[in-house]
Formats: sequence, C-alpha cells, structure tokens
Amino acid sequence: MSAVDLTQFHKTFFEESLEGLDAMEAALLALGAGSTDSELVHTIFRAAHSIKGGAATFGFTDVAAFTHVAESLLEEVRSERRAVDAELVELLLRSVDALRAMLDRSGRGQPVADAESEALRAELVRLVSGEAAVAVVVAPKAAAVSGWDIGFVALPHLLQTGNDPLRVFRELQQLGRLEVVRAFIVDGAPSQLSALDPTQCYLGWDLRLHGATTRADIDAVFDWLDGDCELAIKPLAEAPAASAAVAAVANEPKPAAPVAPQAQQAIASSETSSIRVGIDKVDALINMMGELVITQSMLSEIGEKFEISQLERLRDGLAHLERTTRELQESVMRIRMLPIGSVFNRFPRLVHDLERKLDKRVKLELHGEGTELDKTVLEKIGDPLVHLVRNAIDHGLESPAQRKAAGKSETGTLKLNAYHEGGNIVVQISDDGAGLNHAAIVAKAQQRGLISVGQELSDAEVAELIFQPGFSTAAKATDLSGRGVGMDVVRRNVRDLGGGVGVRSVSGKGSIFTITLPLTLAIIDGLVTAVGSERYIVPLTSIVESLRLRAEAVRKIAGGGEVFHFRDEYLPIMRLHHAFGCVDAITDIESGIVVVVEEGGRRMGLLVDDLLGQQQAVVKSLEAHYRRVQGISGATILSDGSVALIVDVGGVVRLGRSKAA
Amino acid sequence: MYEDKQATASPLQQLTFSLAGEEYGVDILAVREIRSWSRVTRIPQTPDYVLGVLNLRGAIVPIMDLRLRFGLQRESYGDDTVMIIVAIGERLFGIVVDAVSDVVDIDPAAIKPVPDMGAVVDTRYLKGLATCAERMVMLLDVEKLMRPEDVETLEAALPAVQEVEVAA
Repeated sequence: MSAVDLTQFHKTFFEESLEGLDAMEAALLALGAGSTDSELVHTIFRAAHSIKGGAATFGFTDVAAFTHVAESLLEEVRSERRAVDAELVELLLRSVDALRAMLDRSGRGQPVADAESEALRAELVRLVSGEAAVAVVVAPKAAAVSGWDIGFVALPHLLQTGNDPLRVFRELQQLGRLEVVRAFIVDGAPSQLSALDPTQCYLGWDLRLHGATTRADIDAVFDWLDGDCELAIKPLAEAPAASAAVAAVANEPKPAAPVAPQAQQAIASSETSSIRVGIDKVDALINMMGELVITQSMLSEIGEKFEISQLERLRDGLAHLERTTRELQESVMRIRMLPIGSVFNRFPRLVHDLERKLDKRVKLELHGEGTELDKTVLEKIGDPLVHLVRNAIDHGLESPAQRKAAGKSETGTLKLNAYHEGGNIVVQISDDGAGLNHAAIVAKAQQRGLISVGQELSDAEVAELIFQPGFSTAAKATDLSGRGVGMDVVRRNVRDLGGGVGVRSVSGKGSIFTITLPLTLAIIDGLVTAVGSERYIVPLTSIVESLRLRAEAVRKIAGGGEVFHFRDEYLPIMRLHHAFGCVDAITDIESGIVVVVEEGGRRMGLLVDDLLGQQQAVVKSLEAHYRRVQGISGATILSDGSVALIVDVGGVVRLGRSKAA
Repeated sequence: MYEDKQATASPLQQLTFSLAGEEYGVDILAVREIRSWSRVTRIPQTPDYVLGVLNLRGAIVPIMDLRLRFGLQRESYGDDTVMIIVAIGERLFGIVVDAVSDVVDIDPAAIKPVPDMGAVVDTRYLKGLATCAERMVMLLDVEKLMRPEDVETLEAALPAVQEVEVAA
C-alpha cells in the first residue's frame, strides 16, 4: 500500500527501542531503589510510548499490543492513581525483558509473541482492569496450557548454604500457579524429635507448576541450589487442547532451549555489524581528510616541475604528510573507542537481581563510565566483569546480619571504577566485604596440592593462589568462604585481551580486583629486536629498560637459571633464542642486549641480539588462519612486506617457567 | 542444489601436483592461488613441517611443507618451488609441493578407497585413489591435513577445556 519501503527503517527502530528499554530499565531500578523523582515515571512512560508508536507504524502488532497494556498501567502511575511498589517495579522489569525478547524475535522474522509474553501481558491487563495482584494467576489462555511437575528434595545442608526453600516457592509462584501435590519427610530423617538438628533440612516436595513456563525459567530459580537439592523436573503429561504454538513451547522444552543461544548469537552478530560514532569524531576525520588532500595536491605540484631549489618545500610537504597521516590514524582509531558505560550499564540490574536472590543489601557505585575502550576489548570484558561482580556479591559481601555483627553498615558497597593510567585502562571492582579468607584459601591449596603443607606464604602469594587453574570449582565454592570461582578463567580472558588482573585484600575490610587493559588492540608501539636472522617485536608498554650486561653481572643460580642485578633486585634472564628455538642467535650475554620487561608486577630480562628501532605495529591475528602460539601475541607486517612476530611478554614469562620446570 | 548435482553427476576437477615422484590431487574449488616460493617467517613452538607464516595481501597465512608432513626429506627451496594456497572455510593455508602439473576431471565413481597400509604408510590425509590417463592420482583431504593441528594442541588445550566446564 505504502509507496515507501518501511523495512529500511526497521534497524533504526530496533536500535532506538532497545535504547528506550535500557532507559526504562535504569529508571525502574532507580524507582525500585526508593527514588520518588516523578521525572523517572515520565521517562519510563515516554520510552514505552515511543516503542508503542514505532511498533504500530512498522506493523509489529504484538509488540504494540504488549506495550499498549504496559503504557496503560504506567499512565495510572503517572496520574498518581496507582502507587509504585516493589511488585509493580518487578513486573515492569519483567515486561522490559519480555519486550527485549520480542524485539529480538521480530528482528529475526520469528513469531513475536510467545507463551511467556502472553502470560505477562495477561498479568498486566488484569492489573490495569483493577484486579488485585496478590498471587499471580496466569490468564485463561495461558492457563489452558499444561505445566511442570517438579520433584524437589532438599539435601540436609540446604539451609546452611544460605538457601531457603520458601524463597524458591515464592519465585516459582511468580512463574505461574503453584500447587503442592505432596510434602514429605525424607528417608533417613531422625525419628526422635530430640535428635532433630534444627539447622538441617529433611523435607521434600512434589510440586506442580501450572502455566506456560519455559524450562529455562524454572532452572533459573533452582540455579542457586545446585548441589544442595535433588531435582526432577518433568513437563505435565496431559496437555489440554490449547493453541498449537503455545503447547509446543510448554511440552517440548528441549527444542526451545537451543533457541536461546541462537538468539544471543544473532544479537552478537548484529552488534559487530554496526558502531555508533559521535558526530565530533566524524568531523575530526573529515578535517584530517581535507588536510591530507591539500598536502597531496601540494606534493604533486612540486613533483610536476621539480627543481633542486624546491627541496626544502618538498621536505616540508613530506613532514606535513607524516603528521597528517598520524593524526588521521589516531582519529580512525578513536572511532573504535566506546565508553565503558555501555558495559557498566548492565550492572544495576544484575546487582538488583542478585540482591534478591542472595538476600543481601548492596549499594552499587559506578565511576568513570565515560572512559573509552576499544570496541573489541569492550565486547570481551563484559563477562569477566560480570564474573567478578557476582563473586564480590556472592562471596565477598557478607549478609546484613553478619555485617551488623562486624560493626559495619548493613548495606555493602560495591564500587566499579574505570580510569586511564599510562597507556592502559584500569578497571577496579572493590567491595567492603569480608576480604579473602586466607586460612581457607591456604587449606584449599594444600588440599589441591598447589602448595606443600607448612609452606609460609605472603598475603600477595595467597591472593595469587585464587588465580591458579584448578584452584576451585563452582560446586565447591560454597564450602570455601573465600573467593575464586573460576578466577583463572577471568584471568585468561583478560590476558587474551593483552591485559592483566590482580587482587588486593584486607581481611574484614574488603577486596579490590584490578583489571589492566591496553588502550587498543589494533596498533601497538613496538621495539623491533633481532634474534639471529629473525625479527621479534616487543611491545613498548611492557619495556622498562634495555641494557648491555657485563659477564660478571650475571649470576648462575641453582637449577641452571641466570639472574642479574637490576635496581636493587635480582631478575631472571630469559634467552629469547632459547624460548623460541632460534638457531643462529648470539648466545654470549655480553654481546647481546638485555631488554627488561615487566608483566603483571613481575620483571625479567629478555636476551636479544640487537635492537633495530621503534615501530608502530598493526597487530594481526595468528589465529585467523593458524592457531595461538605460546609466547606470541600476534604478527605484524614490516615495511619490506615480510612478517614479524609480536612477543607476548606474559606468555614468554610463563613459557620460561614451564621450560625451567 | 547445484552443489549436489556436481557431487553426484559431474566430474571432480582436481589440481594435480607432484611430490617426491608421486602425483597428488587437490580439489580445485579449495585452491585460492598458486605462487612461487618466497621467504616465510618461522613460528616458534610449532611442528617442523609448519615452515612459518607469509603475508598474503595483509593476511597472515601458515605454510606447511607437504614433504615434511609426509615424513619425507626436505629439499632446498628455490625459485621453482611452488606453494598452493588452499582455503577451508575462511581459513587459508599454503602447502609447499615440488611442481604443479595439471587440472584433470575425475569421475567420482572411479575413486577407489585407499588400501589399508598398516602403520608403515600414513594414509590419513588421502580421500581416495583415482586413475587418470594411466597414472595414479592420490586425492588429498585438505581438511584433515589442517585438522591434525588441533589434535596436537589438544593436549595443551585439554586442561583449559576442563577449567571452562568447571567454571560454567
């Protein structure tokens, strides 16, 4: 009908809607935290309103219908006919999630509404039409669908892990109508009342959850009870006649599950496809481009009728060209830089959810959201940060009661801070919780054979233990009241980005995790070194100093290692030709050069043949066509077209350790 | 649809090359480029048959010597040494051979399985044997040629995988 092809605007609509949802989420969380700013309600209302308008215009009727109901509810809040309470905020937050999922599905051309969104919409409708919102009863349409049979048997230690079956029931109730088929006492419970340990739980339940809930939602409720209970979740056998689509969702949880990762992939790929750039950055580029064109025309004019008298002008022109090229390069790189705020933004919601799940009170402080990071780094740093934040709340911060007993405020503080330091970006995650439990960590490390019994360790060495692979496992994390759930994975992810992660902790006062990241991955300043006939590039940021050693400055230590004295400490020497197996290199330390490098607070000297000069290196991945190579972070192309490898200083340090071992 | 037809009915086009007096074939659809020998940059911690990497218009491409891969002696590299750049999906790699011979059509039905030679001869990287103008051509399985890398790194990767599972 319409002469204009509306599909060209879809992408913009999705982007703007997702931004609107982010704004809604942020405002809802602020409301939930007790803010009474009426502007917040207006923000939420406006976002919902424009999503509705857009969805109706572009023919996403399901999205429009859903938002319409949410908007009606918000209208009541806006006109002060309805009070804002925690339940309403929670419901609206779930609506935001549902809308995100719906937008994602419309973007991929899949059916937009599903059982979940329909149930949620019915819930909203009921609320608007004035029914009390006490227990959540699913709307007739969704209730026609069958539900789940859940066999839930608590293991005796369930209560000791801080879990509470009541909370599970409450959460299940939010998913649909919950029916207790049978509650029983497990076998092996003490038969005498006097023998009953009140801290142990001997109960089991057969539950039936009615309503169109996905398996994933139920699993999410039991996520935190992993290893603390026995679970058997089965779909209800008899499925009453219902709309085919909805029944399929409920009865076939298996095919439904793989959809989720797919959805994430789709989001991820759409994220990589575009980048939003501030207009100032584009203007800077255009300016630079203009300069470049002027320089080029000046140079070509000189070249047309060149006389030796013009040599000075030619030199000026070339110098100008060099400067402009460098500035242009910097401007182009700046396009890839995005504020870390886009990663930080997910934490208010995460903290909000974790607070509820873990019954803790957390105040989240964000600083330095404007700090810019390379887009690639930004995309990959999210998961490690989430991991650290989860850990900080799960293991670091104590429960309100414990905090009170320790004389601290009941609400714990979690601080995220990002700032520049040298050529690096530093992200700090600090909490004022209990700090690392040294005794427990040492005990654990001994049990795992990482250290020998009776070994004396400094605080720093103890903290370092939690980053060891195999130090702790998720299942055992609750045994240990310290930290360390997959910290080695965090460290590896950060190292893959060319960064490092460390921890400082004061018992009873809290811990600070510090992540250091390079500004950009794409270009590094490097020192070209010669090792035999080969060229290796050492990143300048990790170089402390280069020096020539006299033979007597080198000491051999037991086990064949070599050390030298450098600024009041003895540093190990790593012969690069030995690490990389170069055959024609200088082996005499006196005629070679030692480059002192630093990585994660550790220093060492790298022996190379010669230094050939400093160069900017465009980093290319070896993995694109080959695979990772230990001690090498990538490759670059030298001015003569040949390939030079870039030394991964951290990797070489580890390589040295493993070769020595 | 088109590919199906090609796989069943139409002949397979193979680029043949010689290596230590024998003739091998590689699927022409996987071949990206044939180029003369140029110096490569050695990579540490790799098996010796991976000679190093090459700058192929900005891409860093590994080069493997097929003679060394098959346990034969390395000959000198000179101007008449040839590299065939092969693509598997998005990944490129080069194989060094003695000389490129011809492009031949091979009837898929005429491909014979590789006889089991026991442990004496490594036949893992062959898809089959075909006869073409009285000569035997060994059809190279380029995907397998590339894959054993993973097996070799498996040992190094295994603990890492376990960690991930534990953390998840």
